[in-house]
Amino acid sequence: MVAGGEASAADVTEACLGRIEEVEPRLGCFLRVDPEGARAMAARVDERLKRGEGAGLLAGVPIALKDNLCVRGREITCGSRILKGFTAPYDATVITKLRDSGAVFLGQTNMDEVAMGSSTENSGYNPTRNPWDPERVPGGSSGGSAAALAAGEALSSLGSDTGGSIRQPASLCGVAGMKPTYGRVSRYGLIAYASSLDQIGPFGKDVEDIALLLEIISGHDRRDSTSAPLEVPRYRDFLKNNIRGMKLGVPRECFAEGMEKNVEGIFKAALDTFRRLGAEVMEIELPRIPYTLACYYILSTAEASSNLARYDGVKYGYRAREYRNLLEMYERTRQEGFGEEVKRRIILGTYVLSAGYYEAYYARALKVRRLIKDDFDAAFSDCDCVIMPTSPSVAFQIGERKDDPLRMYLSDIFTISVNLAGLPAISINCGFDRQKLPVGLQIIAPPFEEGRILNVAYAFEQNTGFHKQKPELKGI
Amino acid sequence: MKNFETVIGLEVHVQLKTESKIFCSCPAEFGGEPNTRVCPVCLGLPGVLPVFNEKALGLTVRAGLALNCSVSSFSKFDRKNYFYPDLPKNYQISQYDKPFNLGGYIDVWIDGERKRFGITRVHLEEDAGKLIHFEKEGFSGVDFNRTGVPLLEIVSEPDLRSPGDAYEYLKALRALLRYIEISDCDMEKGSFRCDANISLRPSGTKELGVKVEVKNMNSFRAVERALSYEVERQTALLQEGGGIVQETRLYNADAQKTFPMRSKEEAHDYRYFPEPDLVPVAVETEKIEEIKAALPELPAARALRFRREYGLPEYDAGVLTSERPLADFFEVAAALSRNRKVLSNWIMVELLGKLNREDLGIEDSPIGAGQIASLVELIDAGTISGKIAKTVFAEMFRSGRPPEEIVKDKGLVQISDEGELEKIVAEVISAHPDPVADYRSGKEQALGFLVGLVMKATRGKANPGLVNKILRRKLA
Repeated sequence: MVAGGEASAADVTEACLGRIEEVEPRLGCFLRVDPEGARAMAARVDERLKRGEGAGLLAGVPIALKDNLCVRGREITCGSRILKGFTAPYDATVITKLRDSGAVFLGQTNMDEVAMGSSTENSGYNPTRNPWDPERVPGGSSGGSAAALAAGEALSSLGSDTGGSIRQPASLCGVAGMKPTYGRVSRYGLIAYASSLDQIGPFGKDVEDIALLLEIISGHDRRDSTSAPLEVPRYRDFLKNNIRGMKLGVPRECFAEGMEKNVEGIFKAALDTFRRLGAEVMEIELPRIPYTLACYYILSTAEASSNLARYDGVKYGYRAREYRNLLEMYERTRQEGFGEEVKRRIILGTYVLSAGYYEAYYARALKVRRLIKDDFDAAFSDCDCVIMPTSPSVAFQIGERKDDPLRMYLSDIFTISVNLAGLPAISINCGFDRQKLPVGLQIIAPPFEEGRILNVAYAFEQNTGFHKQKPELKGI
Repeated sequence: MKNFETVIGLEVHVQLKTESKIFCSCPAEFGGEPNTRVCPVCLGLPGVLPVFNEKALGLTVRAGLALNCSVSSFSKFDRKNYFYPDLPKNYQISQYDKPFNLGGYIDVWIDGERKRFGITRVHLEEDAGKLIHFEKEGFSGVDFNRTGVPLLEIVSEPDLRSPGDAYEYLKALRALLRYIEISDCDMEKGSFRCDANISLRPSGTKELGVKVEVKNMNSFRAVERALSYEVERQTALLQEGGGIVQETRLYNADAQKTFPMRSKEEAHDYRYFPEPDLVPVAVETEKIEEIKAALPELPAARALRFRREYGLPEYDAGVLTSERPLADFFEVAAALSRNRKVLSNWIMVELLGKLNREDLGIEDSPIGAGQIASLVELIDAGTISGKIAKTVFAEMFRSGRPPEEIVKDKGLVQISDEGELEKIVAEVISAHPDPVADYRSGKEQALGFLVGLVMKATRGKANPGLVNKILRRKLA
């Protein structure tokens, strides 16, 4: 739009900033908005375009960034009080790539503290509300990024996904969100929750935007040893409205995992759409799905207990005011700086790694993880993609699950296995329930087959149009 | 009185001589203003990731091969979790169950006997920072310059049977590691550190006694003294029928005693688990062979060759091969001189003695290997006496000039002309009737006095053997 000369980067940025001013007081999608920085970036893009220079694939596109991506010179807190006041001295690799492509940074979006949560209610600052119904959660942990996009405060956004933190809020907010294959996008500069599961990914209003963003942020990075040394395909080339003969596997197990009836109905309608488009919808088995939650909460908390150890009050961020000695400084800083959910997971992770428990929990969970991956490998020998609902429910009421962690954890039952297996997956809007709340469809492919996912998702979008519906933002 | 056998095992930490740190590109060099050799990665800032420096791998394998270890084809890093302000991430990247090197040994010559001490493992990890205490101001600071310097941990089997064994083991280990040029092994700069485990058991039994860990020893002698103190302390306790407490003790060099460390600081459960930010390391056979082929001749083998090839006694061979530059120096000199034993004496006694006093290494010697060989040749040929040689040596050391030149300029050539000496001897005899009479009356010592007078008269240039012969003949 900007590159095509229809509007200036400044115009588009002002439009977003205007919307932010309008809806932010009610929705709380951002932790920090940077109007001055955004305007300066937009002005640079416009100058380049005026001089006839290339300004990049994302020239002038205002983008919202999850508060766990390091942006040089900006306060980044990972949604936590413990990092309050921490200014990142460097850019994450994805941030460098976005800069190079001409994007405009609007600010940092709200999230569950340290990316632990499924509702953004665990933010160390404020909850975020769902633009489709402000009494409901936007999902999480990237709830701010998903809601900001749904509310038109940004044209795109980035999130991170450790157990569903991009896909589940995308589903609850009715936007598209992709978790790429583990290793597809560099994690350098992403504040770690669980290193072997974390992956940065894009949110977009449609699949086309996802393809473009994915193309920009993907690629090997020598700063991330776990990033894959593979060429990045031109993902836009996969946007084809043809999935005839494609085999789509639906795991039998997903119907047994407490799916809400309205979600099930809309999901089944989506299956009919695929059949109508000439795809073959087949039943498959993922027998270890019942073990994914246990496996995930052992491995992710173990890694988190270690990753979060550095927040100790010694070097940066929050430090307790009163303490008598080093040990007390550590204890009080962490007691006061971290929220309940984070502390719960640190304790859990510390426990599963402790002497005498490692074999029973951590080592065993690693084996289960392998089996879950095997399940998917077996499924992909029969089908091209696996499809499931993204979340077993639509957006729930604020406060509804906050004090029931186990019920909250079930929000991610369909997304977690994908992280454990390191696979790419997207969530796209596949319809609305009677309350006009969006339902997400998840499409999963073998490692590094993001292109195949984009193909299937694009065909669905082109033949349905749910993605074009916007929340009315009544009374906001 | 029961007799006890001492059982000692040592843990040695050695900083590797790489240009940059193990997981980032900061310089690994010693020193620098506090916190000037740091970056987001070694400071463990939020979002950073380690990248393994392959140079450190090469040096680690080199050390493993020199210590006769088997090099693992598959290895990985693990996190060792503990809180301390000098550890910015509050975990240390180390190796737990898959170290690079396993099961080796080192041969040490002690009192003419070869002892073989087992090496359990040699693994790689990152060094921590340094605490700086400002006692007066009442706070502590952390210098992170050392953080992330590659550190090798060399763990011995409990094969050492006395504090003396420990001393010799450390000497041999340091010589070996310096030989293969993987480290400076400078205890003062902290590039070589040692902790000890010591237990006692009734002589003749196999079961290990309760082990005490001793830390804070800053020289090889300190290790020996600390262990001697422990032998004494533990023997006394056991003799009285008391038990040994398993604990960590700190050596106090001033008191020459060990004291228990506060128990809180040692109550560690390190909760090791595989480092998810790094990929496992495969060491290919070709790479191991390549490193093996590049190893220099090691000290033990070289000492044997010195004995065989140059006919040196074991002691000389041991001293001369203890450092690679010294052994190289000797070999250059040996190629130019025939009398290797005299050469060895001159290098070991005169040259090393002088260098030690001047606090210089053999590399800084003002006297070259060729020059010391020339000096020995001059003595061997009878051109100068051993006594004059010492004067020449002193001048060589001062000016760096070749010995022939000094001898010529100063007219130091030995007088071996019998006719000339007979004249001087005759003069001495006639001028000193008393000692002459003494000698003739059977006082043998008087001859030495007369020889001295002749030497004095010739300003030391007379050939002392010849003077002796002439005197005896004339006084007979």
